[in-house]
Amino acid sequence: MQRVDVTPAAAELLRSLRGTHGPLMFHQSGGCCDGSSPMCYLEGEFRTGSSDVLLSSLRIEGVDEPVSFWMSRSQFALWSHTHLTVDVVPGRGSGFSLEAPEGVRFLIRSRLLTPEELASLPPAE
Amino acid sequence: MTRYAAPGQDGAVVTFAPRYDHWIGGEYVKPARGQYFENPSPVTGQTFCEIARGTAEDVELALDAAHGAADAWGRTSVAERANILNKIADRMEANLELLAVAETWENGKPVRETLAADIPLAIDHFRYFAGAIRAQEGSLGELDDDTVAYHFHEPLGVVAQIIPWNFPILMAVWKLAPALAAGNAVVLKPAEQTPASIHVWMGLIADLLPPGVLNIVNGFGVEAGKPLASSPRVAKVAFTGETTTGRLIMQYASENIIPVTLELGGKSPNIFFDDVSSANDAFFDKALEGFAMFALNQGEVCTCPSRGLIQQGHYADFMDAATERVRAIKQGHPLDTDTMIGAQASNDQLEKILSYLDIGRQEGAKVRIGGERAELDGELAGGYYVQPTIFEGDNAMRIFQEEIFGPVVSVTSFADFDDAIKIANDSIYGLGAGVWTRDSNTAYRAGRAIQAGRVWTNCYHAYPAHAAFGGYKQSGIGRENHKMMLDHYQQTKNLLVSYSPNKLGFF
Repeated sequence: MQRVDVTPAAAELLRSLRGTHGPLMFHQSGGCCDGSSPMCYLEGEFRTGSSDVLLSSLRIEGVDEPVSFWMSRSQFALWSHTHLTVDVVPGRGSGFSLEAPEGVRFLIRSRLLTPEELASLPPAE
Repeated sequence: MTRYAAPGQDGAVVTFAPRYDHWIGGEYVKPARGQYFENPSPVTGQTFCEIARGTAEDVELALDAAHGAADAWGRTSVAERANILNKIADRMEANLELLAVAETWENGKPVRETLAADIPLAIDHFRYFAGAIRAQEGSLGELDDDTVAYHFHEPLGVVAQIIPWNFPILMAVWKLAPALAAGNAVVLKPAEQTPASIHVWMGLIADLLPPGVLNIVNGFGVEAGKPLASSPRVAKVAFTGETTTGRLIMQYASENIIPVTLELGGKSPNIFFDDVSSANDAFFDKALEGFAMFALNQGEVCTCPSRGLIQQGHYADFMDAATERVRAIKQGHPLDTDTMIGAQASNDQLEKILSYLDIGRQEGAKVRIGGERAELDGELAGGYYVQPTIFEGDNAMRIFQEEIFGPVVSVTSFADFDDAIKIANDSIYGLGAGVWTRDSNTAYRAGRAIQAGRVWTNCYHAYPAHAAFGGYKQSGIGRENHKMMLDHYQQTKNLLVSYSPNKLGFF
């Protein structure tokens, strides 16, 4: 049980991006325009700090290292009752996310965590 | 009703070129790597032109051009720069319909908005800053009989501007008008979702600006935006967008020790006190329109009044009337002048909105009206349309806390003044807010208590050039609009001058 999962289509895209660019990370955005999109960067490109939490280290088949999934602490306080699934849809991108030139966008789908799931989840780091 | 012909059809007031390159140094320049991407209209989902896919090489060329032009431009007289800005405004005014249709076709918004708001506001913005720069003066301080401190305004030099897709021309002009007025050269990157209409505009006014003063590099954020925002050759970065990219731009700026202005969105409360419903008069009618403003620009506005806070005493009656006002919103072809709500700007934006309609229902919010994708017929079948939607729920729900950027308002009730302010401020953002009341004391106290950069009081979604716009909390840094915006594009030069012939006596 993890806070974040990826769809098979998103996993395929991550394998491709990993092959092209190198180790990857996500930072979940908020706010205007392309807010609410999970932004995908080279690992370390986006500097996380004490204002962020690590929700998951995603294991993607065919990718050697985990893909970290981060969110700002203040945003996580509002999202922590939901499970997130990284999906991918056709789109025209924005921000500096790596997949945009491919004509696709990562997209977050959400569902409520059950009380049992919430109890079983370790606290986010 | 008027239906404008779609670009490319007989009788169209605007024709897009089949392909747009980068505008660098006063001419169109092909992308160094020769790549282009397709640009679809959200009205139909069909591609209508190709756009240069810029990379770091193109950005460097644009920075060369900008640096080549910046010194001379910065030394032109303010009268000369103001005259150019006024001529740009005049040229736009003479081509209002052309620009409005171009903007609608690219962004999907109804042409009645581009005709009455986007383009007229952009025109006025140039005129405002033409006036502001001529009226701006430095200062002097007479420190003592022999010593004077002079303060001069100087341009920053070459600045980077990254433009969002929700108002492709107006948001570009918000950044361009003060930057150019202050004497800066600009490298501008339009959003990849809406990269073409700014070139239609550029084509109209290209002869008015010296080559290299304004350069446009198209492309994706990671390929063109990042090399621009992280370049040690820019003196400032201005960005409108979301929080993660905003933080990334600040990180790059910290490496170069340059300032940024960031506008990163909001979750604006729109507060309706009981006394709004005390009479069924013109003011009540105005307040209902103020509620329905969440659908303006399909909700794709950073200040979308996306949280409706309705006092308990009139909640039922007010919401009945407000729901009918929303039901009367006419959705249809964006090029019809009767259409009030058009297409969302892109497929991924549509998908994001649908994902929020889903989580809103899962969290137990009640759909009062709308709640679905709008399926339109004919040529609009491939476009990206969403029904205006009212949710009722609780401020802790994600649809109350996140910017959906669609025609969706999340409504809750409040008991009294303190409760209203508590809910309004229970947000990580603080960009806009609305307060509706017939009591001026309540209006004043609410406006001062709300943690937001702008509180519309008995109005909403007005964007005059001389009212400061910007965010508290995570909504950003700095302001746009108003003459204070010139400060964001200027250095302060202090000349500290002694008119005494005598030494100090230290050495």
